Amino acid sequence: MEEGLESEVGEVRGAFESGRTRSLSWRRSQLRALLKLLKDEEDDIFKALKEDVGKHHVEAFRDEVGVLIKSIDFALGEIKRWMAPQRVWVPLVAFPTTAEVVPEPLGVVLIFSCWNFPLNLSLEPLIGAICAGNGVVLKPSELAPATSQFLACNIPKYLDSKAVKVVQGGAEVGQQLLELKWDKIFFTGGRRVGQIVMTAAAKHLTPVAIEVGGKCPAIIDSFTTAKDRKVTVERVVGGKWGPCAGQACIAIDYLLVEEEFAPVLVELLKATIAKFFTAREYVSRIVNKHHFERLSRLLEDKEVAASIKHGGLRDPENLFIEPTILLNPPLDTEIMTEEIFGPLLPIITLKKIEDSIEFVRARPKPLVIYAFTHNETLKKRIVEETSSGSVTFNDAIIQFLLDALPFGGIGQSGFGQYHGKYSFDLFSHRKSVVRRSFLTEFSFRYPPWDERKLQLLRYAYSFDYVRFVLYFLGLKR
Amino acid sequence: MAKEGAKGEALRGSYGAGRTRSYEWRVAQLKGIVKMAEEREKDIVDALYADLAKPETESYLHEISLIKSSCKFALKGLKNWMKPEKVSSSITTFPSTALVVPEPLGVVLIMSAWNYPFILSLDPLIGAIAAGNAAVLKPSEIAPATSSLLAKLLPEYLDNSCIKVVEGAVPETTALLEQKWDKIFYTGNGKVGRIVMAAAAKHLTPVVLELGGKSPVIVDCNVDLKVAVKRIAVGKWGCNNGQACIAPDYIITTKSFAPKLVDALKFCLEKFYGKDPLESKDISRIVNSNHFNRLSNLLDDKLVADKIVHGGQRDEKHLKIAPTLLLDVPDDALIMKEEIFGPLLPIITVDKVEESFGIINSRTKPLAAYLFTKNKKLEEAFVRSVSAGGLLINDVALHLANPHLPFGGVQESGTGSYHGKFSFDAFSHKKAVLSRGFGGEASARYPPYTPQKQKILRGLLNGSFLALILALIGWPRD
Repeated sequence: MEEGLESEVGEVRGAFESGRTRSLSWRRSQLRALLKLLKDEEDDIFKALKEDVGKHHVEAFRDEVGVLIKSIDFALGEIKRWMAPQRVWVPLVAFPTTAEVVPEPLGVVLIFSCWNFPLNLSLEPLIGAICAGNGVVLKPSELAPATSQFLACNIPKYLDSKAVKVVQGGAEVGQQLLELKWDKIFFTGGRRVGQIVMTAAAKHLTPVAIEVGGKCPAIIDSFTTAKDRKVTVERVVGGKWGPCAGQACIAIDYLLVEEEFAPVLVELLKATIAKFFTAREYVSRIVNKHHFERLSRLLEDKEVAASIKHGGLRDPENLFIEPTILLNPPLDTEIMTEEIFGPLLPIITLKKIEDSIEFVRARPKPLVIYAFTHNETLKKRIVEETSSGSVTFNDAIIQFLLDALPFGGIGQSGFGQYHGKYSFDLFSHRKSVVRRSFLTEFSFRYPPWDERKLQLLRYAYSFDYVRFVLYFLGLKR
Repeated sequence: MAKEGAKGEALRGSYGAGRTRSYEWRVAQLKGIVKMAEEREKDIVDALYADLAKPETESYLHEISLIKSSCKFALKGLKNWMKPEKVSSSITTFPSTALVVPEPLGVVLIMSAWNYPFILSLDPLIGAIAAGNAAVLKPSEIAPATSSLLAKLLPEYLDNSCIKVVEGAVPETTALLEQKWDKIFYTGNGKVGRIVMAAAAKHLTPVVLELGGKSPVIVDCNVDLKVAVKRIAVGKWGCNNGQACIAPDYIITTKSFAPKLVDALKFCLEKFYGKDPLESKDISRIVNSNHFNRLSNLLDDKLVADKIVHGGQRDEKHLKIAPTLLLDVPDDALIMKEEIFGPLLPIITVDKVEESFGIINSRTKPLAAYLFTKNKKLEEAFVRSVSAGGLLINDVALHLANPHLPFGGVQESGTGSYHGKFSFDAFSHKKAVLSRGFGGEASARYPPYTPQKQKILRGLLNGSFLALILALIGWPRD
């Protein structure tokens, strides 16, 4: 274990133990500092995101910077309320007693973020951890080195550098961090590493939140009006290739449509792709060679290749894969069994749209289920009969923006929810506090036991005050 | 091993068929538990007596009546708990409606402990049922009479196709842990807690771990001593003879007050349990010879030999140990290193009562921490500086009976909480459901990206009404 690492983390522990991260003013000051960082360093942020994943700066603003600003503004407005103890009801028999739930920070937390939204996935959990009053160590993904470097340089500049630290590095550094004792670990990334993180956390009984992905389906009903079709297709295209060229846990992974509608849909998709992506710069690139090759391999299967209806162009030198549409690749090929995380969009056709429910249920629970439809019955069935982190009707990705909605997975897509107050709760411990006085005392609480005491307890527990009093006074047998 | 797997599979089938989802099914199961507790009270009391020599009043107080009120609380609240909650959507996504819909996790595993074998099996089960899950219950084999009673009664009163009991010891538990569950709820100790979490990690299964710790009691000199001592005593020896996760583990008091406290405790103990506590019927026995030997070792530790100021009597044949007080035990004594979980109560002394906070904070966070004082300032300092699952001032253990309080630990004392609605939440997934209309299309979202579009996006993300208007009227045009 690198000594430097242990002492760095020790410094954060010291800052937390000193108590200064607990005050409202410290938490507010850190949030404001983050806001200032995002505004003053915007150009450098855009540069880093462009370098790491080829993200256009408007996409970067829309999906990362702007979202963070919104989240911080929301937190600043709510944090005092979140921190306040909550009084709870106490039964009369316990009078006089007060009870409340007091939120307190867990201590020192570790955040692992992912390379596809390297800024947002680092800072959104960080906002929660700070709001809850914790010390934080952030380990950004080494696969987005420019953003990692940006964070390592700027977080100490703007924030309390002893209480909030950035540690750079790869798997080895990650391992070393996992050997230390944390009060919570927040992980965003792939399933395999998620399992490693949780297994390491088990040694110290450290609670974890694991945000992984899955294959997010989009169920597309057959629309007849031009307006419905236009809006649907634009949102689908935006929901697939808009966020980091499909390299997003909530990106649409594949479509489910009725056979008859499929050709119409394919044509509309092609036209919209041409309309939006007039230049290569409007689509992020593939993050690195490894993922480029992984995605290329998905297309190698003969039957998969034959199902390509649009696109397929690959430029290995620039790590660019153009938006690609496939129609009915075989369901047992990797492109339909593994999370794609890239700009390939399989369309699977069904006899009727209601079959999509069975299709989705037969597969691991995804992070999101999308459905574009006017059919209220279908909507109700989707909510009641399928299970997923969340459901979004008639749009994609946008649910990510709402602070009031919990964001997180279920089953294969992970566990632990955040955003808005959920972030605050995720990084807090809810401490019960009960205060009694010496005033009232019930002798029947204490041994030696007899039948009379037992009977009084029966009345007390069923809150049968009348019989209790009568029995107590000897007026009832 | 195949047997456990088969049970899990069968449950998945019933769950998948939707049996557990309806309000009616959940109500029927909860009512079944109430009926079981009422009709079979004698059988339950007998089983608890066989396992722990638990006095009837304790069985009634801490297990049977608490389970009934837990069910009744769930029955009362269930309709509301199951309702989707409308939440505010914002200008950013206008027009839209946003809901949070609670849904069951699926098929869950509940593993309970031996000290409160009835309630620690059924209380989590109430949460699992209320939330609409199917469940496998694995009661502790160290309380065999209760374990087999549950295996017999649950199929009689509950839907056996969705709720199953698996009995057994380490091999059966290991086999269960290899299966995939949608949640694992474990009550017990930290050692096994780690094994459970590591097994859960293989499937990324979320867990609730209700563990223990050394729950300290700080006793200030400014107290009503008679009342304080009674409450401490009933919370320690009246709770399964100290074998409870929230039983007072050790006392911290000032050097000057300690003698008074010890005398008051002795007086109270004699009142409760008579001159020969080994003969008293009002006190549980030690659960088995393993734990009896473990506790004996704590007393035989050379470092505490001359610290025993009351009690210490042992009856190995009947697995009884008398309420025992120890004064001024050193920090490195065995008894101060692990959770006692028995009728031994060490008292450590400090010069000033405020020093006790530092002592507590230097150890791992316990499930509960107690303070007896009339001094409001001390009270506030305690709440501010001591971290534990729950804090109770001027009483002991009561907080677990309040269904409005989340019951659970922090750090070594566990993760997750339950009781009341918290049980429902522990076994639910809060599914976010966002519904948008087809109106309100903001072309600013889509490429090709222009500076005007970026302006609109800034506005929309900030919740700007003007930005919304502009976006809705389709500005800027492509």
